Amino acid sequence: MEKTIAAIGDGVIRIEFAGDVSPEMNQQVQYTCRLIQERSIFGVIELVPGYQTITLYYEPIKIRFEELVGKLENLLGKEQDQESIQEKTRLLHIPVCYGGEHGSDLTDVAKRHHMTEDEVVKRHQQPEYLVYLLGFLPGFPYLGGLDSAIATPRLQEPRAKTPAGSVGIADAQTGIYPLSSPGGWNIIGNTPIPLFDAEKKEDAFLFQPGDRVKFYEISEADYSQLTLSNKWEEVIADE
Amino acid sequence: MVQQELFQVIKPGIQTTFQDMGRTGYQQFGVPVSGAMDRFSLQVANILAGNKRTSPCLEITLVGPTLLAKTTMTIVITGANLSPTCNGEPIAMWKTVRIEEGDELVFGKHQSGVRAYLAVSGGFATPAYFGSSSVDGNSGFGKSLEIEDVIKGYPVMEKTGISVANTLIPIYQKKVKISLIEGPHTDYFTQADRTTFFTEPYKVGANSNRMGYRLEGQAIKPEKVKVWSDGIPFGGVQITSAGEPIILMADRQTTGGYPRIGTVSSTDIPKIAQLIPGGEVSFKRVSVEKAEEDARKQEQFLIRLKQFRQHIERGKKA
Repeated sequence: MEKTIAAIGDGVIRIEFAGDVSPEMNQQVQYTCRLIQERSIFGVIELVPGYQTITLYYEPIKIRFEELVGKLENLLGKEQDQESIQEKTRLLHIPVCYGGEHGSDLTDVAKRHHMTEDEVVKRHQQPEYLVYLLGFLPGFPYLGGLDSAIATPRLQEPRAKTPAGSVGIADAQTGIYPLSSPGGWNIIGNTPIPLFDAEKKEDAFLFQPGDRVKFYEISEADYSQLTLSNKWEEVIADE
Repeated sequence: MVQQELFQVIKPGIQTTFQDMGRTGYQQFGVPVSGAMDRFSLQVANILAGNKRTSPCLEITLVGPTLLAKTTMTIVITGANLSPTCNGEPIAMWKTVRIEEGDELVFGKHQSGVRAYLAVSGGFATPAYFGSSSVDGNSGFGKSLEIEDVIKGYPVMEKTGISVANTLIPIYQKKVKISLIEGPHTDYFTQADRTTFFTEPYKVGANSNRMGYRLEGQAIKPEKVKVWSDGIPFGGVQITSAGEPIILMADRQTTGGYPRIGTVSSTDIPKIAQLIPGGEVSFKRVSVEKAEEDARKQEQFLIRLKQFRQHIERGKKA
């Protein structure tokens, strides 16, 4: 995949992949991040994967951008065929209680698309989603793969508070709020599984870029029971 | 090191938070960097106080707090001039100062700048999340000071009167010229709009905060609006669909989906951080080479200051 490497600030390099955003491009992005991280180049602070970019932060005190760009060009110059870069990824099953007080926008989303609430829920559970990247809030997954029949524009007026665990739709994307926050996504349900724990040192984040996600519906009773339980691992276990 | 009570908060001020150099290494998980808005003032405060350069300080915004000293300690205040006084007497900034148990430290009338930094020699005891004490309420990391909070730390007595030369103290203007590295979405804008952006002055809007500075002035509407979310740096200038520029600051999200016309050079970010609402900003193009050179010069200054400070320490012990 063709890449452009450019400094966009003193301390910021942006690697852009040419072509359309796709699961294949996401694999290239994840693979390239790993490649750069394994090289542990002196002066590099951290990498941020985007849909078709990697933003690399570095310390200009330790390395000049020309030198760093040169190193990256050498490292990334070799074309990687899609098969050789595939990594085994995780599939996480996320329980969601749809509608009612947990999904206050489900009725509106259904009305907008002239379907029943059940049909929206069915269509939301159908795909296997891909975590393209994490952003917006700590641990917030940008999930690609939403059925375009239920794609819904953001709310006209963002809410002052969207509770943690809210599962939402914004345009052609779906996502889950790891913590309570203002936000403009259409909320169709809520998961009792914690996505982010500010107090934790290790495994503070449920998701990582490249993960695959399936949603499944749970009842209000299951939701309450799961909220009290702490056996998340069994619930979401990999296939 | 003995932990002691340093201050009791009598008035918290409008936004008084602990900040350090920010939370790095977790942006790939969506964790904002946060940290001090003016990292130059933060580091100078720490160096003069004899602390590690990257230690947390209190970042004090426009309307500052009233703090009651619970012990005797050495402090340094840098950044914005918010008329700091001790028991009613003005106290020097950019200089080590002694305050005694029972003293009342008051931040008063705003003179210049926006954000002051308060360091205590020996350092504050602050909770750390993911390796940083920077308060970032949006992410659930700590909160602003509240009335009756007790601030703790590890006070050490240091020599008073250690300062930087007056000529090296930044003067905060109400009109600033800012260096900008162009990109990455330069081709989203017409040549005419880019010229406008680099010619016309912009006014800092009232709803500017630690996440971003909203600029009012000549709108420059991007020709394409949709950008696939990508990493956004400190000082990135994004343009909303209405054509309004927003300078992304310390508490910005890790990724964003608006086109960006450029990124403020790192050494000019403190000028923005100290620019008050209503202040005026205009932009000039700068190369990455020049911006890196400026960053290295500033780093060398801080290294020399630290060496000078350590020299004083050795002198004291001898």
